[in-house]
Amino acid sequence: MRALRRRRLLAGLTLEAGVPLALLALWWTWSTRAGLVFFPPLPDILRSFRETWLAAPASKEVLPSLGRLAVGYATAVLAGVGLGTLLGCSEAARRSADPIVQFLRGIPPPALLPFGILVFGIGDPMKVLMIALVCLWPVLLNTIDGVGGVDPTLRETSRVYGLPLGTRLAYVILPAASPQIVAGARTGLSLAIIMMVISEMVASTNGIGYSILEAQQTFRIPDMWAGILVLGVLGYLLNGLFVLLERRLLRWHRGARAREGV
Amino acid sequence: MLGVLSLLEALTRTGVLPASDFPPPSLTLVTLGQQLATAGFWNAVGQTLAGWASGLALAAVLAASLGMVIGASDLAYRAIRVPLEFLRPIPSVALIPLAILLYGTGFTSKLFLVVFASFWPLFVQVLYGMRDIDPLAMDTARSFGLRRLERVRHVILPSTLPYLATGLRISSAVALILAVTAELVIGSPGLGKEIDVARVGGDGRLMYALIVATGVLGWSINAVFSRVERRLLHWHPSQRADGGAR
Repeated sequence: MRALRRRRLLAGLTLEAGVPLALLALWWTWSTRAGLVFFPPLPDILRSFRETWLAAPASKEVLPSLGRLAVGYATAVLAGVGLGTLLGCSEAARRSADPIVQFLRGIPPPALLPFGILVFGIGDPMKVLMIALVCLWPVLLNTIDGVGGVDPTLRETSRVYGLPLGTRLAYVILPAASPQIVAGARTGLSLAIIMMVISEMVASTNGIGYSILEAQQTFRIPDMWAGILVLGVLGYLLNGLFVLLERRLLRWHRGARAREGV
Repeated sequence: MLGVLSLLEALTRTGVLPASDFPPPSLTLVTLGQQLATAGFWNAVGQTLAGWASGLALAAVLAASLGMVIGASDLAYRAIRVPLEFLRPIPSVALIPLAILLYGTGFTSKLFLVVFASFWPLFVQVLYGMRDIDPLAMDTARSFGLRRLERVRHVILPSTLPYLATGLRISSAVALILAVTAELVIGSPGLGKEIDVARVGGDGRLMYALIVATGVLGWSINAVFSRVERRLLHWHPSQRADGGAR
């Protein structure tokens, strides 16, 4: 019985590890044989990946992108949670803010880019602000909802027991709202990555988005693919990091499970 | 809402916010009103919506059929799990240069990006839905001699539909984002392109008017899909429990 189970487990693991490897091998042989201009051989892509992205000058493109992403995202999460807690605590504030937030959230992020360029120019502040602006809404909206949805008994009990406001926020309200806040932060993260890339594509002289588009325009196709690979790895890592953080943060919450992203 | 608008109006009229960058909201609304009367505006809206709708529909068909086939088999599900976890987080905007290479700057590029981006949330939701089918219900159906199609109709569809609806709601927003992005970055015709043209031409008022129009579009799409989801699935427990990402 145990041997059977072990064999089944082994087969499952082989399947899970084998399929990706087989796909990679397939891509490798297909791309080296097909000789298509737009789909260069995988070894070429990997070489370019190593030379342009893993070598020292990589920091020239990757670090500015990541820096803008981090500052913009952090600003949005802090502002969203702060403002959302404020608005969520009062029914009247929630009501009056709702239509505005709903509308601003409805604007597709790229549509705000021309506004950013017009008002703030094409420098770093514009990109950071744009990243912050697009991820603010999901965080804000979810915080308002989460704070507003705290169990009234819990809220009132903590007030009746005379807990000071700071303690109530830190130990009652924010923890109770945190699953929703985290869900909003996750939506925000994928929007932030989108905004990071397109702001660099439209108006920049460095960054990952810029260098991919530039590689395409100068027909350095393997470099372009390597850039896409970099973004893929980056997306994967950031997502993984977020999941780890979420698990730590919401360990106590039974209903906490992975939410869908963009 | 009105309070914020009048505050903005006052700030722009008195020059606290530079007038060249921030036209008063009243003027923006007037411009928007004028735009509503032009054919060019509706043309752009149509182009954006065409890319959005056809991309979303294509992605939904692909995701539903692939998801049901793969989700029905344990083996297939396990086989694609790792590649899926790797492909899904790739930001779809990374493929913009590839789209330009393959399809140029026209409608097809936009379609490609929209399909790619909206496929993943849908596909993942359908897979979740397939994994969520009650095995007891499935076995019962099987032992009652329901045929494959009948099982799809009576067991599989009812339990995957809520997931598909959620996927559609998420993807509808993503699809619009990608449609506008393609118009803005690649220059496929549509609202996104018009916004950028207005900016380059220095017509701030038109730019704001078009951004507002795009916002209304995004807001209505979201409202419609949320309502349809609620209406269609009022019987399902997920709609009664509250919470989750909005």
